[in-house]
Amino acid sequence: MAQLVQAEAVPSADERRLRMEEAVLAPLTRTGPGYVALMALMLAVFAWGVYAWTVQLRRGLAVTGLSDPVPWGFYITNFVFWIGVSHAGTFISAVLRVGNVGWRTPVVRMAEFMTIAALLMGGWMPLVDLGRPDRLLNLLNYGRFQSAIVWDLLAITTYLTGSLIYLYLPLIPDLALARDRLDPASHPLRRRLYAVLAVGWHGNEEQWRRLARGIRIMCVLIIGVMVSVHTVVSWIFGMTLRTGWHSTIFGPYFVVGAIWSGIAAVIVGMVVFRRVFHLQGIITPRHFVHLANLLLVAGLVYAYLTFSEYLTIAYKLEPQDADLLNALFLGSYAPLFWTYGVAGMLVPLLLLALPWTRNVPGIVAASVLVNVGMWIKRYVITVPSLALPQIPEGWAAYAPTWIEISIVAATFAGFAFLVGLMAKAVPLIPTWELAEQMEAGAE
Amino acid sequence: MVDLRDHLDRTGGATLDQRELTRRRFLNRIVGGAALGTLAGAGLGVWGGTAVADEDHDAGADEMGHGSEEGPTSTRVRRWAMVVDLRRCDGCVENGTPPQCTQFCNWGRFVPEGQQWMEVVEQPHDDPPGAPPHTMPLPCFQCENAPCVNVCPVGATFHTPEGTVLIDQERCIGCRLCIAACPYDRRFFNWDEPVQPDWVQDSPYDVRTQTPAMRGTVMKCDFCTDRLEAGGLPFCANGCPWGALYFGDLEEDIATNGREIVKLSELIHEQGAFRYKEELGTEPRVWFIPGSGETVPRTHHREFMKDRLEWPWEEWSTEPAGPTAPGPAADGHAEVGSGSEHG
Repeated sequence: MAQLVQAEAVPSADERRLRMEEAVLAPLTRTGPGYVALMALMLAVFAWGVYAWTVQLRRGLAVTGLSDPVPWGFYITNFVFWIGVSHAGTFISAVLRVGNVGWRTPVVRMAEFMTIAALLMGGWMPLVDLGRPDRLLNLLNYGRFQSAIVWDLLAITTYLTGSLIYLYLPLIPDLALARDRLDPASHPLRRRLYAVLAVGWHGNEEQWRRLARGIRIMCVLIIGVMVSVHTVVSWIFGMTLRTGWHSTIFGPYFVVGAIWSGIAAVIVGMVVFRRVFHLQGIITPRHFVHLANLLLVAGLVYAYLTFSEYLTIAYKLEPQDADLLNALFLGSYAPLFWTYGVAGMLVPLLLLALPWTRNVPGIVAASVLVNVGMWIKRYVITVPSLALPQIPEGWAAYAPTWIEISIVAATFAGFAFLVGLMAKAVPLIPTWELAEQMEAGAE
Repeated sequence: MVDLRDHLDRTGGATLDQRELTRRRFLNRIVGGAALGTLAGAGLGVWGGTAVADEDHDAGADEMGHGSEEGPTSTRVRRWAMVVDLRRCDGCVENGTPPQCTQFCNWGRFVPEGQQWMEVVEQPHDDPPGAPPHTMPLPCFQCENAPCVNVCPVGATFHTPEGTVLIDQERCIGCRLCIAACPYDRRFFNWDEPVQPDWVQDSPYDVRTQTPAMRGTVMKCDFCTDRLEAGGLPFCANGCPWGALYFGDLEEDIATNGREIVKLSELIHEQGAFRYKEELGTEPRVWFIPGSGETVPRTHHREFMKDRLEWPWEEWSTEPAGPTAPGPAADGHAEVGSGSEHG
């Protein structure tokens, strides 16, 4: 806790503000070799995945490990995972803004970046999974509102649009700051770009009033959209007659799971940003502890829902339920299931709850485990229910091919690349909000 | 499929003879079946052109639904149904052949390799001990409350007025939600470029026969409604050596297995027929009369030969179409129009 206290002598408020603004704007103009190397690596992995996709487009889904009994696998798992991660931005940013939680400020924008990047990667997955991506527009031409896939399309596109607006509104004063501070001689193009994006922001009273109003409306709206998104994602499963999928709690179950994995993703992102962009003075261990509290609550609710779901199935135990639970708890899916249960659920909860591990390394370790565990959990939801025979046949097998693995890897690399790019393009921390809080003495 | 080929190679000539035999039977049956369909015309005569729900695709309906001028004028619509008499189904183990319903379906519908639109599954049981397993043919159940139709995002799978479920492969986007939704695992996806005879692949698309097959789309049993409307029987019913498969019309309350014509409601109710997974509320159009092949003479005890099913399209597409090929040209009611040109 010693890091919480600034070691230096307390400077004046104006000085502090200037220094903070310098630190935030620095990544826009200064680029280290580490950043370039990391981004190049991410781009290479992403490009490899795109190549794998072209192979799949050319030769069809036969290049995957999918089959008629198991028609969905890595892609749909990954889809659910990324849509889950996308909940982080909104949950942290909008919910904490509505609740007027002061410590959120340095974290919100990177969370919003992650939302957008995760949505783009998540949205890519159904397209990869389609047998006829060339007919994607049929969803618009012939879309039926009775189908959960159309709900998904609407919810995800609405969420992406809303998230972009919600990212952009609080960004306007920061873009204006970047416009004003950037040296016009050395960065003429970028300066002009910021000038356009800042839409004539001069910070007069009327502008501030309108901005506050816009942000207020958006942050309430976006929470509703966020809840809807993962609810309808769950309904792709929940609306079928499949054992293990046909559950009434799938909507809230998926939403809480998304918040659980989303907050964990933000914590992982935060530690990377903090290191890469030297933001140790702004993102402090206090932020990690606060987020860890939220993560712990989400994790406990998720654990409760998981317990509730499996107990209900296990207690009535229809024959197919018994087959599924056997495979999950003791059979061929048991290694994955218990990896999730222990390493992805129990251990992170302990790390977050016990006082000895409620520090930055402990919290980050827990967050990484949560994300790994939740990827496995989505796989364990998607695949076994499909592999479970519905007619007198044996269990079906599924193993991903290098194509599927490459494309899934590409989404992780693409996510990192997009977030890294956004962090370079616009100020990573909402300076004006942070300044307001500094003045109010909140930070 | 690799196993199948290996097996054929190892067993050599005997198996080939068997194949030729069953192929010849295929030709005889489908022609014979059509003739009987005409006999049954009193009951199964077709009236009214059938409208396929998607107007883009009903070009073929007029040709098939002939006789509209000679039949009685009526606004009644066929409600196609199927009854499987499980007492007569032994999975073709007595004959020592692969299940002939599946095999005839594969040949007649040019089913892409690996798919079994009509699939016979085996259910081992111990009542009495040592008894042969139950066998159960599973076509698409043409559910009236079809989960697949409900979930399709683009309306590519739909009900016809006659109550069958078809797939418009020209609209299907290949999301496979219908495959996940089907509680009977009766839907199949063209993961690869489907292999079919050239004349099938070159024919204009027909939604009712699902020809030609297209990569990245879903297929399934379609009840051969083109054959039913023309007074014939679906290929599976033609193939069944014991007459276990009845097709009929709930509206007119009549059904036939190609050997006898029966009152459909009596067949269902007096024999205690059930529908598979009735409790799901899917309202299937297929009934099963309980049984375990007990009316089939059991002189031999052979193995279930499902793994010997064949999809000869790979060989056919590399060879010129030979005279032994049971192409659609052999059958007046064949579903692929361009087939006769080829033959």
